[in-house]
Amino acid sequence: MQGRSWFRTLSLVAGFGFLYIPIASLIVYSFNKSKLVTVWGGFSTQWYGALLHNTQILSAAWLSLRVATLSATLAVVLGTLGGFVLARFGPFRGRTLFSGLTTAPLVMPEVITGLSLLLLFVTMEQLIGWPSGRGMTTIVISHVTLTMAYVTVIVQSRLSQIDESLEEAAMDLGARPWKVFFLITLPIIFPALLSGWLLAFTLSLDDLVITSFVAGPGSSTLPMVIFSKVRLGVSPDINALATILVGIVAIGVTMAGLVMSRQQKARDRDAQMALAANQQMIESLKRA
Amino acid sequence: MRWLMRRVPAGRTLVTSVPYLWLLLFFLVPFVIVLKISFSESQIAMPPYQPLVHWASDKMLQIQLNLGNFAFLVEDNLYWKAYLNSILVAGVSTLLCLLIGYPMAYAMARSGTANRNILLLLAVLPFFTSFLLRVYAWIGLLKNNGPINNALLALGVIDQPVQMLQTGFAVYIGMVYSYLPFMVLPLYSNLEKMDLTLLEAAADLGCRPWQAFLKVTLPLSRPGVVAGCLLVFIPAVGEFVIPSLLGDPGMLMIGKVLWTEFFNNRDWPVASAVAIALLMFLVLPIMYLDRAQNAANEDGEGR
Repeated sequence: MQGRSWFRTLSLVAGFGFLYIPIASLIVYSFNKSKLVTVWGGFSTQWYGALLHNTQILSAAWLSLRVATLSATLAVVLGTLGGFVLARFGPFRGRTLFSGLTTAPLVMPEVITGLSLLLLFVTMEQLIGWPSGRGMTTIVISHVTLTMAYVTVIVQSRLSQIDESLEEAAMDLGARPWKVFFLITLPIIFPALLSGWLLAFTLSLDDLVITSFVAGPGSSTLPMVIFSKVRLGVSPDINALATILVGIVAIGVTMAGLVMSRQQKARDRDAQMALAANQQMIESLKRA
Repeated sequence: MRWLMRRVPAGRTLVTSVPYLWLLLFFLVPFVIVLKISFSESQIAMPPYQPLVHWASDKMLQIQLNLGNFAFLVEDNLYWKAYLNSILVAGVSTLLCLLIGYPMAYAMARSGTANRNILLLLAVLPFFTSFLLRVYAWIGLLKNNGPINNALLALGVIDQPVQMLQTGFAVYIGMVYSYLPFMVLPLYSNLEKMDLTLLEAAADLGCRPWQAFLKVTLPLSRPGVVAGCLLVFIPAVGEFVIPSLLGDPGMLMIGKVLWTEFFNNRDWPVASAVAIALLMFLVLPIMYLDRAQNAANEDGEGR
């Protein structure tokens, strides 16, 4: 037993060290004075200052933020519908295809998805004149298609874990289906929607390959600018940018975690109160 | 579930059709178009391919199917090498992910409840950190004057810097690093659900811990292993970013070939043919993954 717990600790430390040391190195070297990213030349925050004056990076970041906000929101709406259909509607005609269509974008190599979406947009423009040219619209559509698959999987697995009896009880008490969905189902799966939104947002903010295919001239997103810079080698202002992005993500995930654990506590309390009330009722019935 | 169907006929159709139509239009139809364009001939225009269907003489519809692009793929060695190399790289990366990810997932699943949630958060967090920037971090670490080479030099293990960047080694590091969470998460959710009394029973019947692991834990975790391997292998075959940032520029990977045909050579029909050939290879694993996931979800409903 002693030997095995030693092995477990080792595999955890090695595995997580492997995952996190590169991220830590990005952050450390962003405060490096030397322009040679990996040679330490003293502490400095000059690269953060340089970032503020880099209009190319700033405008790309602004475009990426708008695209990510819009596509994450749309993806959560569509993905929630998709997850609900798969988890609650049982078998229906075309279900196999639908389920396949929600799984495939998760694993489809991005070069294929990107190429096929671009060819779709070009064909549509020839046939119906929309979308005219490529830019933010085409990027958002592509990102929604990619990220709604992730939201669908998250929502579906959350719905398959929760007890259907709450929804059935509300139905029995005469609530209409849409009312059950908004008053019962949605609050229960809210944490899943929150993490789905965050995941969709970061995936959209991060996507390079699909975006490169569907972006038109003049609509370069942040990853496209980073990629063209990084191809030429390491540069310290990219490290500063990475640190800012990692910071934003860490804050976002921590806050989402807090919201979820508070909700969990509230739910546990409600459950306990319901249980206590139930107990009281049984006691009083026994006495009567 | 039947009563729900009875009560919401119209709403049900509406709710289903919105995401369904979106996916049909923006995911399935595009593949039909790719297939179509892979049969057309390239031309210097915008868009740079010739229409398949055109009116030859009056009221004579002519459809020209051009198999030249596929013949080109078969004849040219480069494409074969790129396909085989991509499959090799993806396969080895999947195996490495499994070898590293299984002990991690196992250790996570057997930790105390409080630790387990923290470890799970730590395993999910890389998903929320930019993939591009995490690959970029390795450029800095693996450089000739980077920290790894400097540390090895200082320790006296090597006399001069080892070339690590732009080698197959760097590509494998990048692949395993980026795809490891995709392996760990399905394995963890499988191992966490396992009934531990089975191991006690095995021990009572005289199994040594490693025998119990081989005979009980490993067979029971098969669905997790399959899901994890497919989640790593399928996207890894078409990977573009990792080989182009960390690998040797001459290294042939099919994702890079497709990118070059499209962006540098502007040959859309050949790029489409490359995509179709890759897709043909991946259709079966994707269908298998979908079935595995549905089985896992039904398993969750039964609980």
